[in-house]
Amino acid sequence: MKKLPAQFSDWFATRGWSIHDHQQQMLDKADATALLLIAPTGGGKTLAGFLPSLIDLAASPRQGLHTIYISPLKALAADIKRNLSTPVTEMDLPVRIEDRTGDTPSSRKRRQRADPPHILLTTPESLALLISYEDAPRIFAGLQRIVIDEIHALADSKRGDQLMLAVARLNALCPAARRIGLSATVDDPKAIARFLTRSGDCCHILNADPGPKPDIAMLDIAAPPPWAGGGAAYAIPAVLEQIAQHKTTLIFHNTRAQAEIFFHKLWLANAQSLPIGIHHGSLDRVQRDRVEAAMVRGELRAIVCTGSLDLGIDWGDVDLVIQIGAPKNVKRLVQRIGRANHSYNTPSKALLVPANRFEVVECLIALRAVESHSLDGEARGRGPLDVLCQHILIIACAGPFDPDTLFEQARQTGAYHDLTRDEFDACLDFCATGGYALRAYDRWQRLMADADGRYRLRDPRSAARIRMNIGTIQDTDTLKVRLQRNRGGKPLGEIEEGFAATLSKGDTFLIGGQVVRYEGLREMTVEVSRQANKTPKIATFMGTKFATSTQLSAGILRYFEHNDWADLPSHTAEWLTLQQQVSRLPQADKLLIETFAHEEREYLCAYGFAGRNAQQTLGLLMTKRMEELGQNPLGFVATDYATLVWGLTTVTDPAALFEKQALEHGFEDWLSGNAVMKRTFRASATIAGLIERNLPGQRKSGRQATFSSDILYDTLVKYDSEHLLLAITRTEAMRGLIDFERLREMTQRVEGHIDHIRLPRISPLAAPLLLEAGRVPIAGAAQEHLVAEAAARLMDAAGLTP
Amino acid sequence: MTGQNTQGSLHKSQTNGVAFTLAGVNLIAMGSGALWWQEQSLLCVSDLHLGKSERYARAGGAVLPPYQTQDTLLKLETDLEACRASTVICLGDSFDHPEAAGELAEDDRLWINRLQAGRDWIWIEGNHDPGPLEIGGSHRAVLSVHPLFFQHIAAPDHVADVMGGEVSGHYHPKARLKTAARSVSRACFLFDDKRLILPAYGAYTGGLSTGHALLQALMNPGAMAILTGKNPQIIPMPRSSSDR
Repeated sequence: MKKLPAQFSDWFATRGWSIHDHQQQMLDKADATALLLIAPTGGGKTLAGFLPSLIDLAASPRQGLHTIYISPLKALAADIKRNLSTPVTEMDLPVRIEDRTGDTPSSRKRRQRADPPHILLTTPESLALLISYEDAPRIFAGLQRIVIDEIHALADSKRGDQLMLAVARLNALCPAARRIGLSATVDDPKAIARFLTRSGDCCHILNADPGPKPDIAMLDIAAPPPWAGGGAAYAIPAVLEQIAQHKTTLIFHNTRAQAEIFFHKLWLANAQSLPIGIHHGSLDRVQRDRVEAAMVRGELRAIVCTGSLDLGIDWGDVDLVIQIGAPKNVKRLVQRIGRANHSYNTPSKALLVPANRFEVVECLIALRAVESHSLDGEARGRGPLDVLCQHILIIACAGPFDPDTLFEQARQTGAYHDLTRDEFDACLDFCATGGYALRAYDRWQRLMADADGRYRLRDPRSAARIRMNIGTIQDTDTLKVRLQRNRGGKPLGEIEEGFAATLSKGDTFLIGGQVVRYEGLREMTVEVSRQANKTPKIATFMGTKFATSTQLSAGILRYFEHNDWADLPSHTAEWLTLQQQVSRLPQADKLLIETFAHEEREYLCAYGFAGRNAQQTLGLLMTKRMEELGQNPLGFVATDYATLVWGLTTVTDPAALFEKQALEHGFEDWLSGNAVMKRTFRASATIAGLIERNLPGQRKSGRQATFSSDILYDTLVKYDSEHLLLAITRTEAMRGLIDFERLREMTQRVEGHIDHIRLPRISPLAAPLLLEAGRVPIAGAAQEHLVAEAAARLMDAAGLTP
Repeated sequence: MTGQNTQGSLHKSQTNGVAFTLAGVNLIAMGSGALWWQEQSLLCVSDLHLGKSERYARAGGAVLPPYQTQDTLLKLETDLEACRASTVICLGDSFDHPEAAGELAEDDRLWINRLQAGRDWIWIEGNHDPGPLEIGGSHRAVLSVHPLFFQHIAAPDHVADVMGGEVSGHYHPKARLKTAARSVSRACFLFDDKRLILPAYGAYTGGLSTGHALLQALMNPGAMAILTGKNPQIIPMPRSSSDR
């Protein structure tokens, strides 16, 4: 057991602290090649991660980079810098700490490259940029430790894959650098360890004391929740009461739009004028900084937020977490609850607020899962190849490289451990020539091979373009929003381009909690003025759309079999009872399908419980089949538990739509044509470098990229169906938005047992779907019909007769 | 709405084209984006931008799929087979940059030659491909086929009564239509009593909204738009502002 140097134990003593067990263990194992610490928030993780660095630097002062720290959030990097500065200043250590993110001014960035600090706090994207410089070997010379914080949040995302490829490069430059991962509680620590470690190395896993069990319950509200939607406005009085009773409350939402609407309504009801802020990823950085600073100073009683605050920043005195809307998966819920645990030994307190009646059931099942410690885990797929392509280009920026070496490096990264040489070569070929079956314009290859087999950029100037487009986060489709003023007013944040396109002068919408009025679009910026008196149109923001996990869905179906609603509030119990009387409740081993007529349309509702993405895919497949059978579908809407299709014709034999062979065959054809594939293609094509979001001198608008990516997709499907990007898109889509795996799982589960019931009217369980947003229109014969109708109407209105 | 009769008759006579009149001439706007003048057996297409993907590759950026030329020529071949034109006018920006004609793959060059066989083929110069091109056919700055006048970019001071109905391209117009289901955006023809602007015929071409100030200034009130696509539709030219 290594003793703390006197200087440090003295400092601990002045603070009245003693070293935690896991901090001591981190110190003892500081020489390990790879180390993973699993600790709840507030458990002194930061110090645990940095103590060995500080001690080392105090013992032998030196120049140059010693430790690099990577976190998923820019705010976290800034926060850590704040926290670390305290011991460094108070102990007067010869340690320089700096942060480097997208927000760092370029003058400081240049200085950091020329004269690196001892400890650099950064993000995955900034690290990728750093390794792309020719002088990367000099910048990183002497690196001893690589600390990755919130690694659980990175481990199942493309950001994490890009990060570990960059870390592999770092280890190639500095073989002695050790890897340290800091993680919150997860279901499978070994998987995280594999993610962190170079293949062949071993990783020590340290489990800190998880602390007392969380205190989590559903918020008791007299008023029943609405039938559909994600808003939870009905809960506002109860939420305000909770805020008044606690010091600081975090109010989490699943989407940014929901956070905005909730915050707006909260303010309207905030009779006591409690100081409440809003924080999410689409808000302007300055605004976010203000909110963060106010939180740290303890000036806010509540913050309405999204996943932007999901990660470990140790905000002041948070003593309550409220989750608005069903949590979608248990793991995220538990990690979020951990936020209300800054003081290590008191149980975190959390309240769930279902946003609609079905979510009441979801929340109940989630509570039980937390109780029984069953966290859900989805298996991770293989390393995505689009990220590998971007990595190849990044490496090329730094100088000529040997493909064999790069291949080996990639294979040492957890996610890519089973990368085949063929796959690697396909990626290299794509980066170099575009990878097309038709070999064209060879003179204009991006990468060229030397006589000695090394690859380099044909045109060194293209390095700038590649650097401009580094990253895997899809923040496409957004436009900046500013207050209107002669020379550009205050920036408020961003909104989706799709939403901006629907705005006309005078429309109002919410951003940053204020209602603003759309004045116009100037140079890719939405200009607005302050306007308080109209009901705002709801803005849409980019943000992840989570599907309810397999585990939660299965839990709900099992719950339905028990027929005992004692645990549910009476409004929800009554609803389910009514459903049983009028129709049936869905069951695990059958697929319940209800058909009914409603307001001049025919409806079909399929209760698959496969999660939002798979249910969406099911909708697309069903309507395609219906189109083929001449059944005139007009549209559908999907939730986590069901898909509701509407059209002009009654469906008498739904089993025909779910026939397994038809589903799989139909899937193949359909896969090439549909919108989800195109969207997935656009994301992958952007990451892999086929579509450049940022061009020198000008910013390409998100919508323009949409247009050209659809054309690119169609062209490849038509002329080059074996192209790498189509293969990548397919793999992505199967797991992601298409989620065909879950659909397949559903069909297996119900094994052809279709339970079809024809109802005289809409059922209680289906009714909420009619109120759901996110309807998908079907562009079949029915739509052409409608286009012709709309055109005829316009002509009529103009007094013209065709 | 006044001035209705100056538009002539507007009727959908074919399954994939909309018939209309300009300066007394009966024309058909095809769903593919081509203009068909039956009486003269003349097909007109604009803004093919062949070779665009090469330009991107040369700049050191992404290497776009090299099938754009094939795709555009296939579309043109299909249109020519359908209407059997004896004259073809390519109304400018047929090539994305001046060298593109010389850079054509041999197969594509031969393909164009095949399409040109037995036809009068006129290349009108555009801003991207000014000057004579390294390819067969006749090369002109403007062309007058009475009572119509063909040039790449619409001239704001064009006097239709003297020079004829103006037919031009260059702007790649796009119109947005709100249906009961959702909003749909398509490349479109624009015409009024003086002029016609063709949509971009080539692949990989972006577009300018009909609401844009430039297009609004060129077209009279009462101008119409014909959306391209499988089932072309005619609508009054949308006026909503959006500078994209």
